[in-house]
Amino acid sequence: MSLITEVGAPPAVGFRVTRSRRNVAWTGIGALIVVVVLAMMPTIVYSGTTAILVQAFIVLTLASMWNLLAGYAGLVSVGQQGFVGLGAYFVLILALHGASPFAALPFAAIGCAVAALPLWWLVSRLRSGYFAIATWVLAATIMLVIERFSSLGSGTGLPLPGLSGLSATYLAAYTYWAALAVTVLAMLAMYLLLRSRVGLVLTAIRDDEVAARSSGARVGLARMLVFVVAGAGCGAAGAVLAISQLQVQPSAVFDVQWTAEMAFATIIGGLGTIEGPIIGTAVYMVLQQTLASYNAWYLIILGLAAIVVALFARRGLWGLVDSRLHLRLFPVGYWLRTTSGNGRRGLGSFRGARTGTS
Amino acid sequence: MTASVDGQRPEDTPLLEVGDLVVHHGQLKALDQVSFQVFPGEVYAIIGANGAGKSTLLRTIAGLHHPTSGTVLFDGQNVTGLRPEHRARQGIVMVPEGRRLFESLSVEENLKVGATYARKGPWTIERVYETFSWMRDRRGQRAGQLSGGEQQTVAIGRALVANPRVLLLDELSLGLAPVVVQRIYTMLPQILQTGLTVLLVEQDVSQALRVASHIHCLLEGRTTLQGTPAEVTAEEVEEAYFGLASAVGATPHARLDADGQSGKGSEPPWRG
Amino acid sequence: MAWVNAIIEGILTGGLYALFACGLSLMFGVMKVVNLAHGDLAVVGGYIAVGIILLHVPVLWSVVIVVPIMAVAGYVLQRTVIQRALDRGVLTTLIVTLGLSLVIENALLQFFSANTRGIGSGMTLVTGSFSLGSQIQIGYLLVVVFAVAVAVLLGLQYFLSRSTYGRLIRAVADDKEAAQLAGANYRHVFGVAAGLALATVALGGIAYGMYIDLDPTAGTDTILLFAFVAVVIGGLGSLWGTLVGGIVLGVAQQIGAQINISDELIAGYIVFLAILVLRPQGLISRRAQT
Repeated sequence: MSLITEVGAPPAVGFRVTRSRRNVAWTGIGALIVVVVLAMMPTIVYSGTTAILVQAFIVLTLASMWNLLAGYAGLVSVGQQGFVGLGAYFVLILALHGASPFAALPFAAIGCAVAALPLWWLVSRLRSGYFAIATWVLAATIMLVIERFSSLGSGTGLPLPGLSGLSATYLAAYTYWAALAVTVLAMLAMYLLLRSRVGLVLTAIRDDEVAARSSGARVGLARMLVFVVAGAGCGAAGAVLAISQLQVQPSAVFDVQWTAEMAFATIIGGLGTIEGPIIGTAVYMVLQQTLASYNAWYLIILGLAAIVVALFARRGLWGLVDSRLHLRLFPVGYWLRTTSGNGRRGLGSFRGARTGTS
Repeated sequence: MTASVDGQRPEDTPLLEVGDLVVHHGQLKALDQVSFQVFPGEVYAIIGANGAGKSTLLRTIAGLHHPTSGTVLFDGQNVTGLRPEHRARQGIVMVPEGRRLFESLSVEENLKVGATYARKGPWTIERVYETFSWMRDRRGQRAGQLSGGEQQTVAIGRALVANPRVLLLDELSLGLAPVVVQRIYTMLPQILQTGLTVLLVEQDVSQALRVASHIHCLLEGRTTLQGTPAEVTAEEVEEAYFGLASAVGATPHARLDADGQSGKGSEPPWRG
Repeated sequence: MAWVNAIIEGILTGGLYALFACGLSLMFGVMKVVNLAHGDLAVVGGYIAVGIILLHVPVLWSVVIVVPIMAVAGYVLQRTVIQRALDRGVLTTLIVTLGLSLVIENALLQFFSANTRGIGSGMTLVTGSFSLGSQIQIGYLLVVVFAVAVAVLLGLQYFLSRSTYGRLIRAVADDKEAAQLAGANYRHVFGVAAGLALATVALGGIAYGMYIDLDPTAGTDTILLFAFVAVVIGGLGSLWGTLVGGIVLGVAQQIGAQINISDELIAGYIVFLAILVLRPQGLISRRAQT
């Protein structure tokens, strides 16, 4: 019966738009297994290893947020360290008032999201390059303001109170779980945001901003939402940073190097793909761990690698993998698929019609 | 006005020769196997509807688009791989669509930029001022403040001071009042006296037929008609322009070639 | 009287900030590139001067040597790296110049350590000052730097408005394709503009080394941010606006420092934010020479 309808249908006219390819379910199950295994880590490995993983989770969270900004919304921010610092200071302030730093963590994220609104209002007046430096100036200004409060330790900062009751083992494990939870939530939020209508608007902006505007897409609103989500994500990462360092020092948490690291991990891995920051973070951690004894060298190599990738392999390492294997672990785009003829061929030939991650 | 005298053509070597040009805009084929020759002293007009590929053709000859295949020969030399600025310095100079003056520069500065890499020749800024006398009085004015017609004239002046051997004019009439267009076209004979060859793109067919020594019609990137204005009939032009031939059932892409068999017009073809 | 002193010092510091800013503004005006490594390149210029002075070359001669070196470096950098990035889009230029900034800063840290280095610290020009009346003290250096800044801006303006290359730079900034049709190689013209930009900012880097001290992070923490703030206050793409913006920034910082020594930087940024809110097109709204 179905055979007859297929034959009867005019060829190449029938098509349907699909959202996810079959492997999304497998990716979901795979991701779940990875998260469960990662969650069990503190019971398996020493705290030295989990401390390195905490660092990786911070970088991955930051890179995912920067990817959302630059790779999807076209907003190159060089001031995300402002949110890292704010998140760290929110935790410090709440801890100074007697709250547990772990309980303060979600409030830090919310606080950064709220703070992102007026900041967006300020910087959204500027375009591309000037937007980039304006965010930087804002981050510097926020640091200068915070340094004025002697109750927060002025220019030298303060140790984080409220964690002395925990044994070292438990503290390391809790810190690890908090970092893991922040990373998973940040990536989930990004994935859901990109699959929502906002994701569609962002894709439209990236393809052709003028056309997107004239077709009524709410470009400004979509970008603002991304800026707020990225602010919350970077703030949460900053909160984890404060907990893992057990102290908050303005020049450390507001260091522009955070933005450099998140940007370059993203670019090396693959800007505008969800998988990119994961790969980029792995590369970053390997570089950092192997070259840590050579001081600044890993940053020099990181910067050079980012330049080379940006110039010669725009879609990063993941782009190289993707172009060979046509693999997509986290599909956020739509696929146009012909229902007649060879499905596999149809997919290939309609690659150009795919929206979303490209 | 027809600059070339019939019968003289075959003896000359072409100044510009386009061979089997194919140009893509992404996936879209903008030009498909277009070939023609332009001889010294000719006014060669490319006509066609919107999106026929006229501007693409001119921009490819100027070097702003890279062809997928095919060649552009200038004075017998292959210039297909040359950058636009090098073609301009050799004498292929284009007046782009939409005039494209340097708006923050004065009229005189626009002309000076045009003269920076000029070949030796009859055109100087002084001569442009003599030809278009209003320009001298307003040479200090910013080009962006001029009217459309004035801008078009300055754009022509900017191209002339480079002393081109072949002048490419892209849609001179675009966005201008008919009176202004008429005034610009009446200047053409005076410009041609200095030994120029002109290749122009025009959507206004009657204007093209009036000034051209040879017309070439494009439809969806393909050549549909070639010949002197005298050779072609209004019906043929209409068919070639709108592509009605295929709808009516006649041979699509009816082509008038130099082999003479298509001369439906009153004049005999070139070889007699 | 301390206030008058502060305001005079602020105005004169504006000259230093204009030297930081005019190259940034020029590169944006001509090729729409915001060079995030601009400040680090100024510091590189300063360090080259430090190196040359170590070879017992007089300080002022080091300036004469460094400026052309940085001009050539700017041309080469534009033709090799920035142009390639520009061909791939604005986003890539930002990423690549941010990468350059990180590489330069860490390379300086690696080779010169985090110690600060001064230029010409024993010279009267750098340390000397003169008095106006009994209370007002003005350093020679700030006056000279201000004069240099004004001379640089005048020179740039003259070059852009009168010379053949200046005209080509403006033509390419307006419409690079039309400039190509007139026979101009816009990549070469971009290179010349980048050369000019780095020559001016090298002067800024050396002046900074004399005025404060050079350290590897000064390029981003101070020079790039101050340059940018001066550009925004003065108006994007305006040449003399960079001096106006620099003066406003300098005066705001000095007034802030008078209120409380730790308020120097914050006062400058508050003025910047106020301009951003009230007059985003900057104080000089006319799109001027560049």
